[in-house]
Amino acid sequence: MTEVDQAAPARPRVKAAGPGGWLGRLGEVRHLGLVAALVLLAIVGLVTRPENFATASNLVSILALASTIGVITVGMTFVIIGGGIDLSVGALMALASVWATTLATQSYGPVVIIVCAVLVGTGAGLLNGILIAYGRMVPFIATLAMMVAGRGLAQRMSDQRTQLVQQDNSMIVSLSTTRVLGLPLLVYVFALVVLLGWLLLNRTTFGRRTYAVGGNPEAARLAGIDVRRHTLMLYALSGLCCGIAAVLIMARTTTGSSTHGDLYELDAIAAVIIGGTLLSGGRGTIIGAILGLLIFTVITNLFILNGLNTADQLIAKGAIIVAAVLLQRRTLKTPT
Amino acid sequence: MDDNVARRGFLVSGAALGAGALISACTSNEPAATQQASAPAAAPVAKEGNDAPGEKVVIGFSAPAADHGWIAAISKNAADAAKQYTDVEFRPVEPTNDINQQISAVESLIQAKVNVLVILPNDGQQLNQVSRQAMDAGIPVVNVDRVFPDKLSYRAWIGGDNYGMGVAAGHQIGKTLKDKGVSNPVILEIQGIATLPLTQDRSRGFADALKTYGFTVTAQQDAKFTVESGTQVATNLLQAHKKIDAIWNHDDDQGIGVLAAIKEAGRDEFFMVGGAGSANAMRDIQADSGVLKATVTYPPTMAASAIKIARLIAQGKGMSDLLEQQVPQSITLASETITKDNAAQYLPLGFES
Repeated sequence: MTEVDQAAPARPRVKAAGPGGWLGRLGEVRHLGLVAALVLLAIVGLVTRPENFATASNLVSILALASTIGVITVGMTFVIIGGGIDLSVGALMALASVWATTLATQSYGPVVIIVCAVLVGTGAGLLNGILIAYGRMVPFIATLAMMVAGRGLAQRMSDQRTQLVQQDNSMIVSLSTTRVLGLPLLVYVFALVVLLGWLLLNRTTFGRRTYAVGGNPEAARLAGIDVRRHTLMLYALSGLCCGIAAVLIMARTTTGSSTHGDLYELDAIAAVIIGGTLLSGGRGTIIGAILGLLIFTVITNLFILNGLNTADQLIAKGAIIVAAVLLQRRTLKTPT
Repeated sequence: MDDNVARRGFLVSGAALGAGALISACTSNEPAATQQASAPAAAPVAKEGNDAPGEKVVIGFSAPAADHGWIAAISKNAADAAKQYTDVEFRPVEPTNDINQQISAVESLIQAKVNVLVILPNDGQQLNQVSRQAMDAGIPVVNVDRVFPDKLSYRAWIGGDNYGMGVAAGHQIGKTLKDKGVSNPVILEIQGIATLPLTQDRSRGFADALKTYGFTVTAQQDAKFTVESGTQVATNLLQAHKKIDAIWNHDDDQGIGVLAAIKEAGRDEFFMVGGAGSANAMRDIQADSGVLKATVTYPPTMAASAIKIARLIAQGKGMSDLLEQQVPQSITLASETITKDNAAQYLPLGFES
């Protein structure tokens, strides 16, 4: 809260102005740490399970597993850089998946299912944004309320049952089963969302404003940015990502369910933080967040490949969050 | 600024319109499918002697709120069973997952002086006290599934057998592999929530039964009883084991996700056994189209049987097939194995996930 905070406003302008380039950004010091961590994990995989880890199909599995939460992480990155937090992402994804798989929605076919999921996500995100930007609610509280209410509504709507995607709408499931160049379609969706997110954050006024609003909302307001409207859009964007993620989870599990996305908010926040985004806003990158997420996904994969159970994974993940944040402290102190 | 307001207004009204349209169009789950099938076909358990109308009894009923197809089936089965009797007044309280609320709900039933109580507690330990109060007040309690630690707290217990469920799955897998003549088979186990005693009982039964065939579990991984966790764990497990002979998945709801992962990976060299006995799993088994070849039951019909038992206790009758004049104190249901051969017979008893 002290030195880190003060460093924040100074950085974004530098970041936003410097074009960098994709490889340049990947090569940033903080990202180097994340890439090194991934390489380290890969080495562990190669040593412990050489015959399973480095296979093409395992790598595809890892990407497919990362896709759903990856899309959510992109939205979360925007919200956190903009100085907020969105605790409702898991619940919104669940709600969107349920809403889109009710028998009534399903009767309209796959296109309506997709549109419905995306609209529900975006609509709920907008509501978050209205409460926070215009209702002056603290983001933590507003999205906490949305998280609880969203799950409740999803349970009510689904009658606590698991809703199967019906045979007529198997086009949805084919997002997961159809492969192009060896990769399931949903991985392309994930890649597209990351690419668009990156462009939006690094190549547009919207992105520059996001850094400014998160770094110092008062300065941003004096500079003529409509901070409230911008905040509203950030939460709508996060909701949109939840809607897209809902389509992906329907494809992967062949169902919509109020239990989907359990604790996704924590995984997404952890990935964003590990990726070097400040929880107080104003600073951060999408590439970092995605690398952070991949680290998590690879850990889960490695643990299961080696027959270790969930308890051990949780301990390892906790340790990694702490290590990552401590490392960032060090790298942050040096510049300014 | 005016421009902004207008645009904002447009955005908001657009969202509201969209939401309105969605609400009216898309939230309904009414049509066909969900409604039918889940009603347990008026299982003719008892003879006519037991089913003949007797004195009127009021049965209080309390169970957790449904967060899973199985629990949803419990409440529904209880209500359906009560409906069969003209001499039963069924008085359910609002289902809840909050221990405190369930305690007050049961207290309210005691105060209403119902003749008999049927309770599936959220937690046997924590509801023990209030159930004891009911017994002390002269209201017999039929305890469903999650047992009260104190035998003074209930008149009769009916529930499933988690250890037996593991045993049934172990025998199904062990026997099939033995018949095929597989040596050193790769057997995987996908658990539900690993920290629950019921999960540990299931795993113990599974390992013990496999041991009688000289087999062991190659790898065990826990999921969370949810579809999504099933997909996630199965995707990784399939990568960890390039050749698998059999999988036991503890829960059919979670199994939807497991099957989705298997299909996505395009694997079919093994067979899978499920758990719980959802209608969906039974349909898959009956169709014989995928790797799911069997499931072992943990029947939610126990709630219907509990209502029947409660009625008999309140009317002072025994079970007409038994010699004893009173209902037994404890009934442990066998975990039954459903395969392609008997799926049709079990399907009416399956619960919709």
